[in-house]
Amino acid sequence: MATETPSTGRRAGSVGRWRPDFFRWFTGLAAVASVLVLGWIFWEVFREAKPALEKFGLGFLTGGQWQPNRERYGVLPFLVGTGATAGIALLIAFPPGLAIAIFLSEDFLPRPARQFVRFVVELLAAIPSVVYGLWGIVVVIPIVQAVGTWTSERFGHIPLLSGPAYGNSLLTAGLVLALMVLPTITAISRSSLVAVPHTLREGAYALGATRWEAIFGVILPTAAPGVVAATILALGRAMGETMAVAMLIGNSSRLSWSLFAPSGTLASLLANQFGEAEGLQVAALMYAALVLVALTLAVNFAGEVVLRYTERRTAGIR
Amino acid sequence: MLKNFLLLAAVSAGLLPGPVAGQQLSGAGATFPAPLYQRWAVEYNQQVPAIRVNYQSVGSGAGVKNFLQGVVDFGASDAAMTDAEIAKSPRGAVLIPAAAGSVVLAYNLENVPALKLTRAALAGIFLGTITKWNDPALVAANPGIPLPAQSINVAYRSDGSGTTFVFTQHLAAISPAFDEEVGFDKSVTFPVGVGGKGNEGVTALVKQTPGTIGYVEFGYAEQNKLPVASLENKSGNFIVPTPESGAAALASVTWPENLRVWPVDPEAPDAYPITTFTWLLLYKKYDDAAKLKALKDFVTYGLTEGQSFAIALGYIPLPEAVVARANAALSSVE
Repeated sequence: MATETPSTGRRAGSVGRWRPDFFRWFTGLAAVASVLVLGWIFWEVFREAKPALEKFGLGFLTGGQWQPNRERYGVLPFLVGTGATAGIALLIAFPPGLAIAIFLSEDFLPRPARQFVRFVVELLAAIPSVVYGLWGIVVVIPIVQAVGTWTSERFGHIPLLSGPAYGNSLLTAGLVLALMVLPTITAISRSSLVAVPHTLREGAYALGATRWEAIFGVILPTAAPGVVAATILALGRAMGETMAVAMLIGNSSRLSWSLFAPSGTLASLLANQFGEAEGLQVAALMYAALVLVALTLAVNFAGEVVLRYTERRTAGIR
Repeated sequence: MLKNFLLLAAVSAGLLPGPVAGQQLSGAGATFPAPLYQRWAVEYNQQVPAIRVNYQSVGSGAGVKNFLQGVVDFGASDAAMTDAEIAKSPRGAVLIPAAAGSVVLAYNLENVPALKLTRAALAGIFLGTITKWNDPALVAANPGIPLPAQSINVAYRSDGSGTTFVFTQHLAAISPAFDEEVGFDKSVTFPVGVGGKGNEGVTALVKQTPGTIGYVEFGYAEQNKLPVASLENKSGNFIVPTPESGAAALASVTWPENLRVWPVDPEAPDAYPITTFTWLLLYKKYDDAAKLKALKDFVTYGLTEGQSFAIALGYIPLPEAVVARANAALSSVE
């Protein structure tokens, strides 16, 4: 994320007399501990996954069958499901998320009203995911079921829309995830939009730009690193979300092109099967967990790279 | 209301460190019989306040794991224990059938209060070869019933479960194609349908979408007032799941030495085809004599008086002959 180095404060020890700097030790310890814990988690998951790693190798990632009773394990359907739900969620949440952020960072509404809207949007992030799941069951599933049946009867020849349409489907999970990641996109984009120096906006107005020209030509490009960071954090959240997805996606391990077909994600697979798993299935699930961790780390790493790049590119206009 | 309160009281009593005067027994395992075991714990505690039983419904697999690790006084499992698992137990294992239940096919179809499923139709639906409610195979077995031209939505358990084990074991027994393509286990991959987590998840799926059929424990279908299909048994009769037809199935099994048996495809003409026992797992030896006595008393209570709660909670009371065998096994625990 875009953070500026805070100006170096005075050293804690006063001039002349040396005293141990406990605060610095403490902060250092906390920092090191977080790295160690991440390493520890990775190591433990890796250790438990080892039997499956040795048995299936990379074929695990391309295998389309997940049959615990036949000891056949391949996570391709879940990889596809994870990618597709997160993709759908971002595709749907990004435009309104950014729009809300722009709306809230401009002076369209008096300040108290803006604060209120902002508060409400950010409150969406505070709703527990099981509540999203319940809401999805009661509200979204019947809608998707009805729309899906109608669509698949007419446009079923398109693989993406083929039937039979289920309420518990890829689309349902994607729609609810979109709502769940919306506050992440809005909150972080808004703060980076607000952080754009006033002088830039006034400069654009002075050159005769309209408000929208100023927004799209100057303010958005300047705030781009923050918006990118927001999107990537949202993607990370969508990929790792477990409870709501497990309640809505239909938990199938079959590969399907259709948006209306039940599917599964890595996180929902773990949530569903870990409780009763034994032997090689535990190892296979741990392998799947390893893939999920690697995937989210890769997303965050990619985000960091994109962030650095856009930051450098927009450095001139900051 | 009072019942819930008592249950809550029992749970908190188990969690809170109370006065150490009494005997604490802790058990963990199958979710399927959990309401029954927890009821036993509450009722028994009323009779014998000194003994407190805390049963955690963590799932059969986890129950066996906890049992082998020795962190509980007793375990519970719908799939009993395999010989390999028993061999791993340092203190031995005694399997005690303690409750029984049936797995029913709940469905959601308007104007179809009763549905008959032949063995071929049942397997066909869960294999995805029968996809419409007005399929000739279904119509033939249900003359005069207005089956709609609707797609069949199949609902199954997405989490590993003893219910799936029992259900797929029966399907694999009656259909070679199912055995070949899907097989049986606590979690399998069905070629059709949508998965719900837990019995409540599948119940919700069936309730919510017209045209859905799914397998759940008897009690869940009953509580939710879902219609259930009558199934064709080995003798060719269509049997409605009731405590009586379940008991007929249970009575038909021949018991092996280790008491691990399933009425996979009972022969009795009036037997409902998909029933199962569920087992308490006890160690062969307990070091603490007081604990041993408390545990034996509690299990004896469950096998006798405790069975009277079975029907109200959606289970099948154990036939007398089974109780006798269970008691004999219990007395071998030292």
